[in-house]
Amino acid sequence: MNQAIPALTLKDFASDQEVRWCPGCGDYAILKTIQKLMPDLNRPRENQVFVSGIGCSSRFPYYMNTFGFHTIHGRAPAVATGVKLANEELDVWVITGDGDGFSIGGNHMLHVLRRNVDLQILLFNNEIYGLTKGQYSPTSQPGTRSPSSPEGSIDAPLSPCEVALGAGGTFIARSIDTEAKHLSAVVKASHAHKGTGFVEILQNCPIYNDGVFEQVKDKKLAQDFRVEAVHGEPLLFGKEKEKAISLNRDTLALEVIESANNADRILVHDETNRVLAQLLAAMSGPDFPVAVGVLYSKAKSTFTADTEAHLQQVRRSSGNLKDLLHSGHTWQVK
Amino acid sequence: MELAEEELGEHHLDEKEVVDVVVRFAGDSGDGMQLTGSNFTQATALYGNDLSTFPDFPAEIRAPIGATFGVSAFQIYFGAEDVTTAGDELDVLVAMNPAALVTNIHNLVEGGLVIVDSGAFTAKNLAKAKYASNPLEDGSLARYRVLDIDISKQVLSAVEPFGLGHKAALRCKNMWTLGLVMWLFDRDRAPTVESLKAKFASKPEIAEANIAALNAGHAYGDTAELPVGIHVYKVPKAKVAPGTYRNITGTTALAWGLIAGSELADIDMLFASYPITPASNLLHELANRKQFRVNTFQAEDEIAAVCAAMGASFAGSLGVTSSAGPGIALKAEGMALGAASELPLVIVNTQRGGPSTGLPTKTEQSDLNMALYGRHGDTPIPVIASSTPADCFDVAIEAVRIAIKYMTPVMLLSDGYLANAAEPWKIPDSEKFEPFPVQHYADPAGFKPSIRNQDTLARVWAKPGTPGMEHRIGGIERSFDTGDISYDPANHQKMTDLRHDKVKGIANDIPEQEVCLGSGSGKLVVVGWGSTFGAIHQAVKRARREGLDVSHVHVRYLSPLPRNLGDLLRGFDQVLVPEMNTGQFVRLLRSEYLIPADGLNKVAGQPFKIGEILAAIHQKISNQGVDTDQLGASREVAS
Repeated sequence: MNQAIPALTLKDFASDQEVRWCPGCGDYAILKTIQKLMPDLNRPRENQVFVSGIGCSSRFPYYMNTFGFHTIHGRAPAVATGVKLANEELDVWVITGDGDGFSIGGNHMLHVLRRNVDLQILLFNNEIYGLTKGQYSPTSQPGTRSPSSPEGSIDAPLSPCEVALGAGGTFIARSIDTEAKHLSAVVKASHAHKGTGFVEILQNCPIYNDGVFEQVKDKKLAQDFRVEAVHGEPLLFGKEKEKAISLNRDTLALEVIESANNADRILVHDETNRVLAQLLAAMSGPDFPVAVGVLYSKAKSTFTADTEAHLQQVRRSSGNLKDLLHSGHTWQVK
Repeated sequence: MELAEEELGEHHLDEKEVVDVVVRFAGDSGDGMQLTGSNFTQATALYGNDLSTFPDFPAEIRAPIGATFGVSAFQIYFGAEDVTTAGDELDVLVAMNPAALVTNIHNLVEGGLVIVDSGAFTAKNLAKAKYASNPLEDGSLARYRVLDIDISKQVLSAVEPFGLGHKAALRCKNMWTLGLVMWLFDRDRAPTVESLKAKFASKPEIAEANIAALNAGHAYGDTAELPVGIHVYKVPKAKVAPGTYRNITGTTALAWGLIAGSELADIDMLFASYPITPASNLLHELANRKQFRVNTFQAEDEIAAVCAAMGASFAGSLGVTSSAGPGIALKAEGMALGAASELPLVIVNTQRGGPSTGLPTKTEQSDLNMALYGRHGDTPIPVIASSTPADCFDVAIEAVRIAIKYMTPVMLLSDGYLANAAEPWKIPDSEKFEPFPVQHYADPAGFKPSIRNQDTLARVWAKPGTPGMEHRIGGIERSFDTGDISYDPANHQKMTDLRHDKVKGIANDIPEQEVCLGSGSGKLVVVGWGSTFGAIHQAVKRARREGLDVSHVHVRYLSPLPRNLGDLLRGFDQVLVPEMNTGQFVRLLRSEYLIPADGLNKVAGQPFKIGEILAAIHQKISNQGVDTDQLGASREVAS
């Protein structure tokens, strides 16, 4: 791409469609952040493709003035894989939710991650089914009362980042809908990553699951319930950074310690350490803070680039249809 | 109508020269019967006979040795006239063990020749085949000509010089048997020798042992004192049009047709599939052909396969997916998205026996209803079917053409018989194919994704990466005018009508239905679709030879149907529709044209026999007269 890319702004990435999420939905903030980030990526607008499944989050592509494909429930990773296989030059984004991505579409999520297809997955996790009016989702906390679980849900939830790591994901991050600066930086990093960039975005549903991430989101509470993972930095949290994450070498489990006088025991985040990433992804309240940031990032060849290389290898001499039809055993009838 | 069978009066090896012969090689899965059959096929093609073949193998990958459910067979019908099926009854049965004998002997015509390896008729193998006594000794084969040879012993002595182990030496049994059958029909062994050398290039001693076995089998026929009436038979060469020929299976023809389609469309193809019998070979074939503009993607499941194909189509390539019945069912939601978002897509269904897992390795035509109607909503898509292995090539090109020209998913119906069966194919001149190059839309002035071609009603195809073409599509109903989401009632009516009219309009872009044998009107027309072509063709040919007024119409375009089909069929007094299902096409013809068509239905996992269709023709023609005709018309399709 030698052509100069015209300077674009947020407005260039907003479509003419009226945004139709509920008032106060976390999706608005995410949309704004992504639209604002787009010009910074310095890529042609016509190369941006947003693919979604079904659910509130999956309406996202309609609001982006890029290419967009609103597909069927759970299948966006498969559609996106096809898009990327057809044209490796494209920037492909999968927009999905906890139900779309990890319930009906769980299988495709596993396989796009293990293949390391070069695309970004933005998982809007609100721990509830919004579009179908409030049933519990595979990430809902046990005991979630909903129309389909009036006495409280019984299912054990899954942790998207843990599953993504288990599936062989090479870039695993977590951020928050309203933390524009943090979210933007994390998504930008996922875009720069070669391979599947998986970003779980904790997103509030004001209608069916309001406040479920309050501790992590609220400015005051978050100081004690959120730890920011930054590569090469110690894992500190608390109002005065008085608390730290440490590894108990006997139990191989994380623990919260006082940061004062404990410098040698404080874990320093290493985003290339998969075991650490797994431990950080699993941290949850009330005993632990929730980790946000790039939990894991590891360079690995991508499915799409490997496919392209394979095709180039095979196509060093291109096929000739006539030769194909006459290949193998033939005979003449006179 | 009721399925009955008729004995076909043929020459059954009574003369030294015969018009046509059916040979079936049957043995254990590990006996190499498919290899034997394919080598015999090659030699027969070279000899100049017309032929048709059908491999018949078990669903079990490695069944226990000697088990009846592990019998693998290869059938070839060859002759001096045009051959379009793999044949009804066998003239020659090669049975490598008791299990192969017990599962196939009932297909051998009375007086037919059965060649058995008596060395394999041990007490243990007889018990596995549930024989109470040895059929070679108890007189139960008296109706046949039996050639029982201890092939194992013959082979061991023939390959002794090559120093193979006992087990490896016995593996040459199939080549010994092939040598004998080649002697029987005066076939040239040279091509088999060449292919053995190529196959075992890295193990020359194995190649030499197999060649020695082949020659020994042939020499046995020449020198041994065989029972009276067993000698070299001559099958005169067939009169076939001049040209260059090759053998081709339906699967290979379909794969090459898709490749040709992408070349003619000047477009990249993504073939996304998930393995399933009997469709997987299409994936295998195309995975070996990536030097063309085709890439293959083995998806994690059937749904992912159709979705990845659609993603590729959205990105400007042509997405193709393939499966058999159960997998096609899983793709239904994806196909409907393809219809709603108006993207080109080809779905290949290699039908097999159903429902559910059904008969995975056996053939059936029972997915027609699913192809026509098996989607939620009012979701018409074009459906076309191939009728012979070679026809798969042309039909695949046609599927690509329609999908691209009309921006629609197209269902291509093949089946397990077509996929595996082979026939000689006069190789077409690829330089004479008519190209239909794709022009992706790229004009930003007033661009909307809803711009349509007024003739075809096809939506524009604008691909990502093209400046000014940014747009959104999806499964939610879209405005006819703008392509944006629309819940407007009148618009939904308009879009539903549009989807319907678009598919219906394809009827103006396909050939009118022709009569493939017979005349444009008369007493009886036998109407088929798909792989029943061969059997119907032979049956109608024989009936016409008897002087009966019967014609054959074979329908390739099942949705939309050819414009003239209704009028054509109304020109006949009676309409008979043989199908390997319980009457799916005959119901379509009745409802579409209000004609009293009658079904002939078979769901046995096996193709129709010529005699079965001929019997139905005889019944129809002899039952003429107003009253019985009316009766026949009002009878239920499926009895």
